This record gives sequence, structure tokens and C-alpha cells, in this order.
Amino acid sequence: MSDLLRVENLTTWLATESGIVTAVDDVSFSVRAGRTLALVGESGSGKSMTCSSIMRLLPGNGRIAGGRVLFEGEDLLAKSPAGMEAIRGRKIGMIVQDPMTSLNPLLDVEDQVGEVFKYHLGDRSRRLRRPKVVDVLSRVHIPAAEKRLGSYPHEFSGGMRQRVAIALNIACAPKLLIADEPTTALDVTVQQQILALLRELQRGTGMAIILVTHDLHTVQRFCDEVAIMYAGRIVEQGPVSEIFARPAHPYTQGLLRALPQLGSQEERLPLIPGQPPSLSSLPPGCRFAPRCPRATDLCRTEYPDWMATSGETRRSACWYADEVLG
Amino acid sequence: MSAFLSVRDLRKTFPVSRGLLQKAELLHAVAGISFDVPAGTTFGLVGESGSGKTTTAKMVMGADEPTSGEIVIDGRDIARHDKTERFAFRRLLQPVLQDPYSALSPRMRVDRIIDEPLRIHRIYPSTKARAERVAYLLDAVGLPPSAAQRYPNEMSGGQRQRVAIARALALEPRLLVLDEPVSALDVSIQAQILNLLRDLQDRLGLTYLLISHDLAVIGFMSTQVGVLYLGRFVEVGSKETILSDARHPYSLALIASASPDVNAAPVSGEIPSPLSPPSGCVFHTRCPFARDRCRQEPPSLRQLKPNHLVACHFAETIRLETNNA
Repeated sequence: MSDLLRVENLTTWLATESGIVTAVDDVSFSVRAGRTLALVGESGSGKSMTCSSIMRLLPGNGRIAGGRVLFEGEDLLAKSPAGMEAIRGRKIGMIVQDPMTSLNPLLDVEDQVGEVFKYHLGDRSRRLRRPKVVDVLSRVHIPAAEKRLGSYPHEFSGGMRQRVAIALNIACAPKLLIADEPTTALDVTVQQQILALLRELQRGTGMAIILVTHDLHTVQRFCDEVAIMYAGRIVEQGPVSEIFARPAHPYTQGLLRALPQLGSQEERLPLIPGQPPSLSSLPPGCRFAPRCPRATDLCRTEYPDWMATSGETRRSACWYADEVLG
Repeated sequence: MSAFLSVRDLRKTFPVSRGLLQKAELLHAVAGISFDVPAGTTFGLVGESGSGKTTTAKMVMGADEPTSGEIVIDGRDIARHDKTERFAFRRLLQPVLQDPYSALSPRMRVDRIIDEPLRIHRIYPSTKARAERVAYLLDAVGLPPSAAQRYPNEMSGGQRQRVAIARALALEPRLLVLDEPVSALDVSIQAQILNLLRDLQDRLGLTYLLISHDLAVIGFMSTQVGVLYLGRFVEVGSKETILSDARHPYSLALIASASPDVNAAPVSGEIPSPLSPPSGCVFHTRCPFARDRCRQEPPSLRQLKPNHLVACHFAETIRLETNNA
């Protein structure tokens, strides 16, 4: 009902050397205000492409082929380029793995963050912008923020740089923050700090977060809902606690088992054999079938419909979801 | 009993220039570490960036010279190798690195990549014998025979790491230095490579020095674990001890960050610059339990119980404090 973002049947094509592939295939999910959705998948599963499609920031060889992206009820895919400009950075923020790529190396932090206020809120005076810049830098816990205004991105550590990138993206109090692997390049103790910061900001503002990650521990600690992607499609989605306790798709089950657990005395990690298919030669039927221990002829010929499992809250694209659930 | 790899008071100091006219400062990347790795076991070095784990690995591989200290491999101090011994030493020890793509020549076919060390070391009499060895190695790392005809760019990250492992095994080494061997790989592929490495260790009796920032990987692979912080061990012990009875606040923070426990509080701050390490205990700037004594007096790495060393003044009581916090 109160979905902030509703993605419906999003499909994105990508022109590659081996022809046009469907990088995002009929993807649907929604995010509510104040909640965090995890998009999980291995490389090439389409999780980052999904975010780029929402932001309409696809690379030159990408094209949105269908679907709708409803943000506050409006279809972002129908917006003019200028209309999107007004949304990016203002209503939807986006942080990426390497903050260096989203920060301008030639601007000091004051101008970097100040630009957002200038562009989106029309604050023309540098002097009047300064307290706002200091305020937003303190909100991301940059120590002695007023003394760091003249620092350049390369003078910050990786963790501090990511904080600056977050400051840029929350400066206008966005309704939605897309965080694409925001902690992957950081040290583990700093990762925890950045996630704690995102949670603190979310509690203060009620913004929704889409967190793209391959780290299942992060999903478990940090997210409310999860959508697991495989070869361009969502294969299972629902509340994190339920899916981690009882996965209803063999791929999810395999991923969770393959994760080394602290303190377990196992001699071997239970494996998912093989590797994800190439998008240019997808198997007919279920894309996971060639690696799936349960696959039957049905799986090999027909892509599974959504199976609702345990009520309305979660679903799994597996013909045998109920059996997997056990 | 006897260690295959033995490291004694190893130090590495880099001079860091601070501009033309200023005196260079000294960066203590590795500030005196000692450990033993018995044959057939795995020693896991865990730490964050700047902890000195990669510098340690480089010195063990002979790619970087220690400032002081001793590295003894298979009974020989590697600093005293003459030229012939150094050449033979390269057969004994092989690295497997994080990014298999940068470690493999893009212009060589997989069979040539694996064959190259065999050609250089001339340990097989004929081309045929070498080809058989290559086929055996491909099979040992779980690659199909057809992989021999391919180029690295035609392979996935996991397959490339298998090729890198096959090449490392070509010369029948006894020690592998594994520097973040799975951190560039996806979860399902990580598990495949970790299982492969354990199988190979069992089958070939290999000794591993494993470097990782991921405590779950370290825990799965290692016999003995050393936790590095700013070039020093803060805690060393058996895997079981470190994972279930760690006493150093930094080890506890690493464990918390790898566990699904939602309420684990993050450690504050970031790793200080190794150019100006904090006084006293190097961890006190980030330690939730730090007291005056920690700020002044550096703790020594002391034995708490057999095979458990901790560098913390309050190692005996720290778990109580964690529970109350």
C-alpha cells in the first residue's frame, strides 16, 4: 500500500560482443519508507544493473526494454531527462563501492558537498552554505568537520571518503538511498561503522534503503527484506529473518550453506557445483537447473512460476518451493 | 613437532620520504613477529589493511627482504641461500594470490601457463612427460582436460584461480602462501576453492600460510591463527581458541563483525597510521575497554595458557567486561 518504490517487470537489455543479453529480466519488488531491501546475487546476476535502471544511469550499451519504476506513484521511466536530474541526488541518493569514482578529485569537501545544496536547493552563497555543509558532515560523523572543509578526497581514508559520499547523498534528505556494495572496499571494522551510520541515518529520517551486496552476513544483520537474484532474475524474495531461517529456493539454500560459519568444525563446505550461466547462453527452463540437486525435466524445460510460500510475504521461483522449504 | 616454516622476530621497516629536505620517517610495517607452522598445517594471518600481513607474506616468499629477523623454511634460513639454493627454494614454496587474472599471462594458453615452471626447472625429461604432468594437474584442481586449450580471459574467476593453483602445484611445492585466495570470488565459488585447497592439503601434505581479512575463511582453513594489528600480533592461538575464547578486544571485534549477531557494537575509529603508532597499547585508541595503563604501557605478548598468546593487560577479565557492556 505505502510502497515508496515499486519496480514492476523491469527488463533491461545490454548489447555485448555476443549479442543482446537480458541483464535484468522481469524483475519486480517494492520498498517501503524506513525499510531496507537487500538485493543479493553473484557477479553478473543483474543486481547493479537493476539499480542503474532505477536511476536511469545505464551504460551506453544498456537499454530499458520494459516495465515500470514507480517512485512515489510516478513512473521514473516516463520522466524527461531533466525530470530525472531533479530526482537524482535530491529524492534518490546513490552510493557506490568506490567513493573515489563519485567524488570530484579537484574539489575540496566544502565545494563538493556545497554543490548539492547549490544545485538542488538553489543556495547560491558559499558563506550561507557553509553551516549546512558542516552540519551534514557532522551527521555522517566526520570528526572536526569544520576543520576538514578544505580537504580533498585523496586526503581522506577509504572509510572517511565513503562518509563524504554518503553526506553528498543525504544532504537533500532523500526518500530513498541506493547503496551499491558500499562497504566492499573497506576494512571489516570500518564496514560495521558505515552500516551502523546508514542505520542511524535511516532511523533519523525514515529513508528507505536498497542495499546491493554479495555479503550474506551483512544482509542478515542489516536488512529487513531480501531479493535474491540469479542470472538476471529474482529467484526468491521476502523477509530476511524468514528466508535465512528457511530458504524456499535451492539456490538460496546453497548460498547459505556454502558460507563458512565461525566456529563450525566442518571439514568441507557444502557446495553449489558449477558456475552461473552466461547471459548469452541461458539454459531453457529454470536458470539454476544445471546446478540444482533437485532439478527435474520440468525444471529443465519450463521457467518456474512464482510460488507463494508461507502466505503473502514471500515467494520463490522454484517448482518445488514447498519441498525445499521442508 | 618440528616446524616447516619458522619465523623469528621478523621486522620490516620502510623509510617514508616526507619531502625533499625533511628526514625520512620510518614506517614499521612488521614490528617483530614470531610464529611456527608445522608441516601439513595451516597458519592463518588475519588483519585489516596496514596490519602487515601482506608484507609478512612477501618476506616469507623471498620477494622482500626483512629488515631484521629470521625466516627458516625446511630447516634453512632463507637469507643464507646461495644462488643454487635460491633456485631450488622456489620449488619448495609457491604463492597463490588474490587476483588470478593479474597473475596469469593473458597471452598464454592454460597448458603453457602450467607448463612454464616445468620447463624452467627442467624436472621432466620429455615434452610428453610434461604434458602428462599438466593433464594430471588440471585434473587435480578439478578442471576438464579441455581447459588446457583455453586462454585465461575465456574463463571465470573461479576457473582462473584453479589454473593459478595448478601452476603453483606444478613443481611439487611443500608450502603455499595463500594471499587472500578467495576474496575476489563469489560466495558459491569461494566455497569450491576453499574445499579444493583443503583437499589438496590432505592429499599432498601441503603446509599453508594463509592470509585473509575474513575471519570465517581463516576459521575454516586454519590450524593456528595469528591476529595482526599494526604489524604486531595481538593474539595467537589455535583456531578453536581464537574463535571461541579470544581475549584481545581487537580479535573480539573481528569476530563480532563476522557473526550474524545484530547487536554487536562496531569498534570506533580506523587503523592509525603506522608512521605514528599510538603510545602504550597500539589498539588503545579504538579499544572500548582502554584505561590509563593501556595508554602508557605497551602490553607484551604473553602466554595465557598453553598455545594461547595475548597482548592485552586485561586479557583475563576482558570477556566479563564484554558481557557486561
